[in-house]
Amino acid sequence: MTGQVTGRATVRAHPGRPSRLTRNLSAKIASIPMMLTAVVVFLGGTLWTVLYSFTSSKLLPRLKFVGLDQYERLWAAPRWLVSIENLAIYGVFSLIFSMVIGFMLAALMDQKIRFENTFRTIFLYPFALSFIVTGLVWQWLLNPEHGIQSVVRAMGWTGFDFNPLYDSSIVIYGILIAALWQGTGLVMCLMLAGLRGIDEDIWKASRVDGIPMWKTYLFVVIPMMRPVFVTTLVIIASGIVRVYDLVVAQTSGGPGIASEVPAKYVYDYMFQAQNLGQGFAASTMMLITVAIIIVPWAYLEFSGGRKRV
Amino acid sequence: MKIRSAIAALAATVALPVAASYATDLEVTHWWTSGGEAAAVAELAKAFDATGNKWVDGAIAGAGSTARPIMVSRITGGDPMGATQFNHGRQAEELVQEGLMRDLTDVAERGNWKDVIRPASLLDSCTIDGKIYCAPINIHSWQWLWLSNAAFEKAGVPVPKNWDELVAAAPALEKAGIVPLAVGGQAWQANGAFDVLMLALAGKDVFLQVFGEKNAEVAAGPEMAKVFKAADDARRISRGTNVQDWNQATNMVITGKAGGQIMGDWAQGEFQLAGLKAGEDYSCLPGLGVTEMIATGGDAFYFPLLEDEAKSKAQEALAETLVDPKAQVAFNLKKGSLPVRGDVDLGAANDCMKKGLDILAKGNVIQWTDQLLSADSQKQKEDLFSEFFASGLMSPEDAQKRFAEIIATAD
Repeated sequence: MTGQVTGRATVRAHPGRPSRLTRNLSAKIASIPMMLTAVVVFLGGTLWTVLYSFTSSKLLPRLKFVGLDQYERLWAAPRWLVSIENLAIYGVFSLIFSMVIGFMLAALMDQKIRFENTFRTIFLYPFALSFIVTGLVWQWLLNPEHGIQSVVRAMGWTGFDFNPLYDSSIVIYGILIAALWQGTGLVMCLMLAGLRGIDEDIWKASRVDGIPMWKTYLFVVIPMMRPVFVTTLVIIASGIVRVYDLVVAQTSGGPGIASEVPAKYVYDYMFQAQNLGQGFAASTMMLITVAIIIVPWAYLEFSGGRKRV
Repeated sequence: MKIRSAIAALAATVALPVAASYATDLEVTHWWTSGGEAAAVAELAKAFDATGNKWVDGAIAGAGSTARPIMVSRITGGDPMGATQFNHGRQAEELVQEGLMRDLTDVAERGNWKDVIRPASLLDSCTIDGKIYCAPINIHSWQWLWLSNAAFEKAGVPVPKNWDELVAAAPALEKAGIVPLAVGGQAWQANGAFDVLMLALAGKDVFLQVFGEKNAEVAAGPEMAKVFKAADDARRISRGTNVQDWNQATNMVITGKAGGQIMGDWAQGEFQLAGLKAGEDYSCLPGLGVTEMIATGGDAFYFPLLEDEAKSKAQEALAETLVDPKAQVAFNLKKGSLPVRGDVDLGAANDCMKKGLDILAKGNVIQWTDQLLSADSQKQKEDLFSEFFASGLMSPEDAQKRFAEIIATAD
């Protein structure tokens, strides 16, 4: 009994064993700048923003507290409500479509086709363009007098109507088209990398068992690609929440306020309306929205889920 | 020895240019980037360079709404320029209150600005707590209806003399495939057009009660209901404009694709550039031909407080240059705006500019919404009217209700 206790004590006091603090010391020192950046810039900036969202700050930040006034005004503003609705529509559809189209393209590309490199380059190419350029290109393409509509009409179908950017009820889909054109190539590449990571033997086994190809994809390959899907999801989702430049380039929020998005509301009220308090309240709401989605997911992913890949 | 003399020679070449000229570089930021505007700025630069200083042009492309945030963040962020354009009014109010802007009172007293600048409200807009913080450079008025004579000829109706006649002529124009009223998609254009309609149709008193005193009851009242009815007409006859920028909309009037446009006198530069003649090719109706009154908004230069003494001196020189009669004439003729002083000769002005000068001489002036409302309230109005003009669903009554709510909380 006693021997056991002393035995344990000697192990703990063993002089050659480094303490938890000094283990990997150089790595810890190297990460201090990044940790400081994270704490001071990200966390500090976030707290500062939240704090000032409860003030009546106009052009310059001032600590004059007004309680929840800014939030009340925010949720009464029709433009904010339209922005939230647009983000929801844009988010859901761009998530679904870029995943589905991206995976389909990757699966087709995986059939050992000829000129795969060429196709891959073509599909990935739009991703090399910034959102501003993408937005301008699609603004012209969707312009009723110069773009797709006029080309089709010139070919003889005079009744052809395709004018999303000037129709309030569907303008957000016009933006969605441009976003998908730009982003699907990247999703395809990520998926393709995932597909290439699947062992050839799995395919052989399923072929021996006579399982049709679509079933193999759906029930064997996709579940095995879970890490790739998670990565893709995070990349797409972060792009959705911050969508701003695409809207500015394509419609600048119009017609009217029909294609406004939250990030644009934040910018416009902070800088154009010279009302920092209102802009901060809006950005705090964006943060909360993201937190509501991310926190439960991160909890599931990182706390108990270690055993999964 | 050899090395030392070489160093001395080198030092001399560096020191010489500094010693030879006393010119101070002064960076001036503004958002005048269209053809006519750039030509006007060049005149200012020339006049300033003649004082022995150097104008460093800091043009920021895009409209004022793009440029102002950049200017403000440079000033608040500790990287101030030598001088910057703002619309005189309340855009720079808080910067002044924070002590970031330079007091120009002695320059103004030396130049006798109080007596020469007309109308007096221009200088009032520059004055905060009895001190003058900006140099007005021009008067821009929003209250103009520009009409294409060719478009009305094609439709077979006479060129309207006022707003009601334009609305009445709209069906004939539409039949001829012409958009009766061009309204660009950017939010500020719908907002400005509404303010112009309001001043023209409801009159000066209602305008000042609503925007000056922020009287929400008047804003919800029957006088304003009339204005919203007219805005509904404007919305109906502007269907099919499908352009964003104001100059694209002006271009529709120039080419006869649109009957008219409610736009400020800066549109005149576009007509001039296209070689059109006032009275023959296009017509202009100040105050929509109903209330002949113009607002005295416009541009002014503000000077951030600088530590560098040479630059502060150059700022004074620039402020003096801006109000100087010669620079005023040269600049405003190119820009199509009206000069801020009454004692200059604008013999070269065209018909429309003369109409404006005439109204100004009669003293039919009013303060504009940029001067009466904060940027925040203006933005809320922009959101409302851009939605109203774009959506066929919002009724004029609903719009008026929301308008009254904005006025109730406006500052």
